[in-house]
Amino acid sequence: MATDIIIHDKKDNVGVVVIEKITPKQDCSCWIMEDDSTVNIQSLDEIPLGHKIAMTDLNEGDTILKYGHDIGKVVKSTKKGEHVHVHNVKTKKW
Amino acid sequence: MEIPKSFLGYKRENGRAGTRNHVIILPVDDISNACAEAVANNIKGTIALPHSYGRLQFGADLELHFRTMIGTGCNPNVAAVIVIGIEPKWTKKIVDGIAKTGKPVEGFHIERTGDIGTTMKASKKAQEFVMWASEKQREECPLSDLWISVKCGESDTTSGLAANPTVGNLMDKLEPLGVHLCFGETSELTGAEKVCATRGATKEASEKFMNTWNNYNDFILKEATDDLSESQPTAGNIAGGLTTIEEKAFGNFQKIGNCKFIDVLEPAEEPSKGKGLYFMDTSSAAAECVTLQAAAGFNIHLFPTGQGNIVGNPIEPVVKLTANPLTVKGMGEHIDCDVSKILTREMNMSQAGDELIKTTLRVANGRLTCAEALGHKEFVMTKLYRSA
Repeated sequence: MATDIIIHDKKDNVGVVVIEKITPKQDCSCWIMEDDSTVNIQSLDEIPLGHKIAMTDLNEGDTILKYGHDIGKVVKSTKKGEHVHVHNVKTKKW
Repeated sequence: MEIPKSFLGYKRENGRAGTRNHVIILPVDDISNACAEAVANNIKGTIALPHSYGRLQFGADLELHFRTMIGTGCNPNVAAVIVIGIEPKWTKKIVDGIAKTGKPVEGFHIERTGDIGTTMKASKKAQEFVMWASEKQREECPLSDLWISVKCGESDTTSGLAANPTVGNLMDKLEPLGVHLCFGETSELTGAEKVCATRGATKEASEKFMNTWNNYNDFILKEATDDLSESQPTAGNIAGGLTTIEEKAFGNFQKIGNCKFIDVLEPAEEPSKGKGLYFMDTSSAAAECVTLQAAAGFNIHLFPTGQGNIVGNPIEPVVKLTANPLTVKGMGEHIDCDVSKILTREMNMSQAGDELIKTTLRVANGRLTCAEALGHKEFVMTKLYRSA
């Protein structure tokens, strides 16, 4: 199965869409670069290339991990499979 | 892949080697642009480097102006230089700085002569220089004569996934061969600054980096009128899927692979600790950053992009790479190296790094970059504060 989503690190709670877009209820194959493993997820939203998908349920105040590092905080609760972007995540800097 | 041990470059009087053989007409200040451009228009094969500053600057800002001017003239991609300023004193200071390399350089000032007389005198000298430079031949130079600077732009998540790690892979392979390397973009390491600091080769380098980042961050916090979310990430970054500065920073940071930086440079400061990776304190705006790196002596630039930044530089060839298939499809004329197959897993990072090494060497040997063929010559001085 072709790779739809790439995840940098096993600890990450988001993945990046690497096909032109994924559609709601699509069964997606996710490749984890760190250990070359594969997991599957069903999307809930349409998500374009380069945008992120929640790999777990995220609650307000949670930390988003990508590259295994803190890249910001959740400001609106988000379900596993939903689009993660500026509408539900904000920087902890500035 | 076996990495070639040499490339074909232009050997300079001071022992450095260039990947290009430019004769430049360098205006000292904004009001000398017209004369510099007139000379470049008269004498084919020369290029003028117009810019916006050079009057009434003072203190560290003036020092940076001189360092950038002199460094640009000293860059080994430049064979010879005509310097034109409004008055003789600052013009001479820049001429004297460039003359230390041993390359041909001559200064002209406009006061008491006017644009037309100065253009005539400078054109005669420029003709002599360009005809002299045209006889220079490329010769075999060791790979360690490459000074490679890097900066990413219009980044998106494909930059951090693939294009930036491709540059990191190249660094990991070329650093042991004795090349000089340089990354910058102080503000765009925000969020990854502590992780970046651990990559200093010495405690001193790590501390110097943290001081530099703290100074920049204090400046941003002082000047910011909002949370900078309109500027960092940019609208282009956000369209490409980047959400926060931290996410952008960790993507950015992939460009240095597993290398450690040996020193932290002031903007446009020439490295003085020998081969290896340097961090330079720069703005994250593409043209400003590349201009500073070129002024520090770097002779070839690698520029990973996501959404498609198109920047070039008049003296340092800028090699673009991207992993975003939509960018390759929509604006392929700007992309020198396509690594989008990493995303479909038809290419691994090491193969991508090899492809980039091949492209870099072809450009070092003389192949024009996309930005050169398209006429991109962005030369942008960094200004630290208001003039007097």
